[in-house]
Amino acid sequence: MGRIVFFFQEALRALRRNGAPSVAAIVTTVVTVVLLGMLIPIFQTAQGKSEEVRDQLNVQYALYDDATKAEIASLKKELEGIPHVAEVTFISKAEALDTLKSELKDKTIVEELHTNPLPNSFEVKADDAANLASVQKAVYPNGPEGKSISPIISNPFDRQQSSEKIEQVTSALKIVLTVITALLILASLMLVGNTIRLSIYTRRREVEVMRLVGATRWFIRWPFMIEGVVVGFAGGLLAILILWLGKITIVDPLSDSIGVLAAQNSTTLGFPALVAILFAASIVVSTIGSGVTLRRFLKV
Amino acid sequence: MALRKKKDRGGEEPRRPRGRRAPIIELNDVTKVYPGGHMALDRVNLSIGRGEFVFLVGPTGCGKSTLIKTLIRELTATEGSVKIAGRDIGKLPEKKIPQLRRNIGTVFQDFKLLPDRTVYDNVAYALQVIGASRAEIREQVPQTLRLVGLSTKIHSYPDELSGGEQQRVSVARAFVNHPPLLLADEPSGNLDPVTSIGIMQLLYRINKAGTTVVVVTHDREMVDNMRRRVIELYEGRVVRDEVSGGYTEESTTEFGLRMRAGMGVGHEGETQTNGHSDHDHLS
Repeated sequence: MGRIVFFFQEALRALRRNGAPSVAAIVTTVVTVVLLGMLIPIFQTAQGKSEEVRDQLNVQYALYDDATKAEIASLKKELEGIPHVAEVTFISKAEALDTLKSELKDKTIVEELHTNPLPNSFEVKADDAANLASVQKAVYPNGPEGKSISPIISNPFDRQQSSEKIEQVTSALKIVLTVITALLILASLMLVGNTIRLSIYTRRREVEVMRLVGATRWFIRWPFMIEGVVVGFAGGLLAILILWLGKITIVDPLSDSIGVLAAQNSTTLGFPALVAILFAASIVVSTIGSGVTLRRFLKV
Repeated sequence: MALRKKKDRGGEEPRRPRGRRAPIIELNDVTKVYPGGHMALDRVNLSIGRGEFVFLVGPTGCGKSTLIKTLIRELTATEGSVKIAGRDIGKLPEKKIPQLRRNIGTVFQDFKLLPDRTVYDNVAYALQVIGASRAEIREQVPQTLRLVGLSTKIHSYPDELSGGEQQRVSVARAFVNHPPLLLADEPSGNLDPVTSIGIMQLLYRINKAGTTVVVVTHDREMVDNMRRRVIELYEGRVVRDEVSGGYTEESTTEFGLRMRAGMGVGHEGETQTNGHSDHDHLS
């Protein structure tokens, strides 16, 4: 017990003595953790959204307005005959408009449209997401650019394509952000290491005395290790505070009006879990930073 | 934690016949060659018994400091064996080195005190590091500071003390856990003659309490008059090892008087030229 108090006293004494590098290390940790704290929800939201889109196992085919009832009935039969098709549903213009109305918050937009711009359509569900492509191929034998099996089909709304687009954008975003995060983690590792190195340098006399009076290797190391962890702890705490402020002042008010942000609350991990991860990460990073430096510069 | 290993030492040496305790320091053909090729120690053989007071002399660069460093495993001998209390410390696993150093007090020319700690804290540090309890620290530190004559300066910082006083703090730190062996590497190198005598008297007092003391100095003339065992090194070799007996029972004051005579204090021109003259009045 007395020992732990001694280690902490020594570590805090050292932190006070080389203030500037300690602050630099803490600030870098803050920046890294804040970035990480924003990236994790962004990744998860993007991932969640593209999966959500892909999971709707259907393709919709819009029909020309001049299609007759008979033509529509025969197309329905034809579509139902395609292998792997589980269900074919006819959605009339009116139904489509109702759905749109319910999705929109501001109903007046629909009211202001004097005509219904939405087409009649068929929603075709496949028995499995993997078979969706073969269903599409059956409807458009010559590819999406070619002719369809029926002259009344105007165009498909391919949800898979839009999910691919989301994925493309998010994967590019992911790469860029991952690189930035990796660099920042490296920078904070090195800065924490540098702080410890400076600390070893300013305390070389103490280290020498410790060795002379017979301190064990870990007894000498602990204060330095704690110093590094304190940097990580302080940085993590500050960063989480910043993130929390950001969440309640920016994200929460916006999520009421922006669907993507609202989705975050349901699909991604909660704020407490995120805080735990970030906190653990900042402490792990600082521990590694000081540990590696100790191995290199403190041969005892 | 065992502060005094002294009593268990005999038990560590079952190989030695007739129950005789091993000498505290035993060097057999110790050679030390530095990576650059310089041979600092050349087949050194010596044995120092428990309770002895030994001077180790020789000019600068003769290997004195190298010898001291091999005794605390700061350096490892290139060849030969260094035994402390019958144990070959060259074969000591790295983990056991701190334990070895806890049993050897060390005093250096440059004191090696921590400038941002008080006298009390500097001495207490040695005990904190080896994991002594708070009660032990509270008991041992003032007692040791009384022994070295610094009871009144407990809360001073090193830079408020004279050189002699600083060296006393460093002796107190080396002795606070009562090690069986105390090594002093040029303890008076930075001090004026009067002050050095005070330090030597202090070391002698510690020796009389049962600790083996080895004092390194480059001043041959002073030790010639001391009638103590003198080991002289020259270019890494032992060139003289004299046991001058007959004075083992003398008092600290007598010791100091002889030393004063040996160092020529009071005779102008014969005093040493080293160190700053900071007068450290002794009782």
